[in-house]
Amino acid sequence: MTENPSDKAGSDTPRDTRDEANGHDPDERGHFGPYGGRFLPEALMSALDELSAEYDKARLDPEFTDEFDRLLSGYAGRPSLLTEAPRFAEHAGGARIFLKREDLNHTGSHKINNVLGQALLTKRMGKKRVIAETGAGQHGVATATACALLDLECVVYMGEVDTQRQALNVARMRLLGAEVVPVTTGSRTLKDAINEALRDWVTNVDTTHYLLGTAAGAHPFPVMVRNFHKVIGEEARRQILELTGRLPDAVAACVGGGSNAIGIFHGFIDDPDVRLVGLEPGGKGLDSGEHGATLTKGTPGTLHGALSYLLQDEDGQTIEAYSISAGLDYPGVGPEHSWLKDSGRAEYRAVTDAEAMDAFQLLSRTEGIIPAIESAHALAGALALGRELGPDAHILVNLSGRGDKDVDTAARYFKLVEDV
Amino acid sequence: MSGGLAELFERTRAESRGALVGYLPAGYPTVERSKELLAATIDAGADLVEVGVPYSDPVMDGPTIQAAADAALKAGFRLKHLFEVVESVASRGGRAVVMTYWNPVHRYGVDAFARDLAAAGGLGLITPDLTPDEAGDWLAASETHGLDRIFLVAPSSSEERIALTARASSGFVYATAVMGVTGARDSVGASAADLVRRTREHTDLPIGVGLGVRSGDQAAEVASFADAVIVGSALVSRAGEGVPAVRELAAELAEGVRRPAVPA
Repeated sequence: MTENPSDKAGSDTPRDTRDEANGHDPDERGHFGPYGGRFLPEALMSALDELSAEYDKARLDPEFTDEFDRLLSGYAGRPSLLTEAPRFAEHAGGARIFLKREDLNHTGSHKINNVLGQALLTKRMGKKRVIAETGAGQHGVATATACALLDLECVVYMGEVDTQRQALNVARMRLLGAEVVPVTTGSRTLKDAINEALRDWVTNVDTTHYLLGTAAGAHPFPVMVRNFHKVIGEEARRQILELTGRLPDAVAACVGGGSNAIGIFHGFIDDPDVRLVGLEPGGKGLDSGEHGATLTKGTPGTLHGALSYLLQDEDGQTIEAYSISAGLDYPGVGPEHSWLKDSGRAEYRAVTDAEAMDAFQLLSRTEGIIPAIESAHALAGALALGRELGPDAHILVNLSGRGDKDVDTAARYFKLVEDV
Repeated sequence: MSGGLAELFERTRAESRGALVGYLPAGYPTVERSKELLAATIDAGADLVEVGVPYSDPVMDGPTIQAAADAALKAGFRLKHLFEVVESVASRGGRAVVMTYWNPVHRYGVDAFARDLAAAGGLGLITPDLTPDEAGDWLAASETHGLDRIFLVAPSSSEERIALTARASSGFVYATAVMGVTGARDSVGASAADLVRRTREHTDLPIGVGLGVRSGDQAAEVASFADAVIVGSALVSRAGEGVPAVRELAAELAEGVRRPAVPA
């Protein structure tokens, strides 16, 4: 990683002056190795070209980057804390565990980073309407928040099944002025909400930006969303060096679409001794057929605009994902993760519902922090890594969100109250 | 180039009329019934059929075709049935191309898919979510197996992209009449005529217009400026009612494309 990106700023060719010009950007057409690209209808190509061009300009424009930084610090609450979790770590073979506290951001998860970036970009493109998909409701709430702040019309597509499972988040989005559209096609979950958002986009592309919630989809979304979340890894690297005087041995993050993981991984991607470990939802077990472990059990295919690992059958039909965590319940994954898996730079493991819920309860009881069930997958992964790496290990966990939204699920799971 | 499509458009141009292209999904409502419906479409006057591949995530389709795809998958449609359905069209002298989202082809193996489609007598592929930018494997496989590549242009396409798309296409170019998903509409709109005009500046290939056509009058209107009129959702709606309903609409559309052109 270049410590001082401005060293390169003298070049004549703008594309080469980007601080990301370090070998980790995709090619011009959005390929990370063989993955990524654009597999969407021609009708959307002009919008994707426009978005790419505008983003390439914005990322180099101090007016844009300063405004983004100002919102991250003055609105989202960045930098987020780094908290050591010693009582939790007692269950990890004595390793030290550090939590990157994305749960403390405004709206309660890392999602706010990306939505603020894309909402600013929407304004810059002169568009007034934003559409988004949401599963559990975290991205929908974050998008509705950014749209309220920046005076944009907001429509959120949400599978009908999820609107019932997450009724409070539906109310939150409506409070924030967003229109929530229950999606009744297909399996009525996140994947179908994305399909419906794409159908809206193809119809209204002149006036509308599709504010995709994860580092997946067609180019430029994977690289753009990753870059809006890179701040997580950059802060964490600085904070852990200050606190411990050295880099961690491993960084653990949960992977659904993969946005929080790619954000924290990129702070350490040029530190070859730091293991990057993505934790996928193992659901009821990898052999049960009910899981969302796309990288562990999937095969390459195209879905929602990119070539990436995918849960699919022999005919290329998408297989429904399952996880106790609605935010990880997605049959695809961002294309850069597919590339990091194949290249070996990152490794991906599955964590079952039961392991995640144990870690969820353990963190709550040992540290007084109720994590999102998504993030609890990363915590469970860290417990296992600690036991493998031994007592001298330092493990950084991306605590990507808080668990308020999951209290209902947890109450049912642990039978904490009667009749829920 | 398959030859079959070139021959078809030579004939319709000689007859000064538009070609009628009818879309129906393979396997809807069942594999056997879809063969009967396609046969009825051709017998009633369609020059070419598009055999759709039911897919779990059809982002370019409106409610009618989505529901048909869901029903076909629930009824047990598998990719092997596609080739069987195409073969049923070819074996009775009909012309068929396949319209499919990319992942089923990718998963099957691009070359293997092209080989099996050609063996079944199919003439080419329409690829709604594959643009020439990502089509390297398909360009090669279509050459090897003599299939046509029908890519799409849209009202939002830049001149540069229309040129790129037309260069990569063979057989015909598919012009999507409106910005949106498939589904019958009351009006196909001026954007279709404009798109056809813009596309003609870049190619001599025939141009088919799809998205929204549902009546003989609309077919006549579109045939006045395009080489082919593509009808999907309206036929699929009728498919739910049975063979006579499909035959009736196909006949109305076939009459529409044969009406003498009147200046717009």
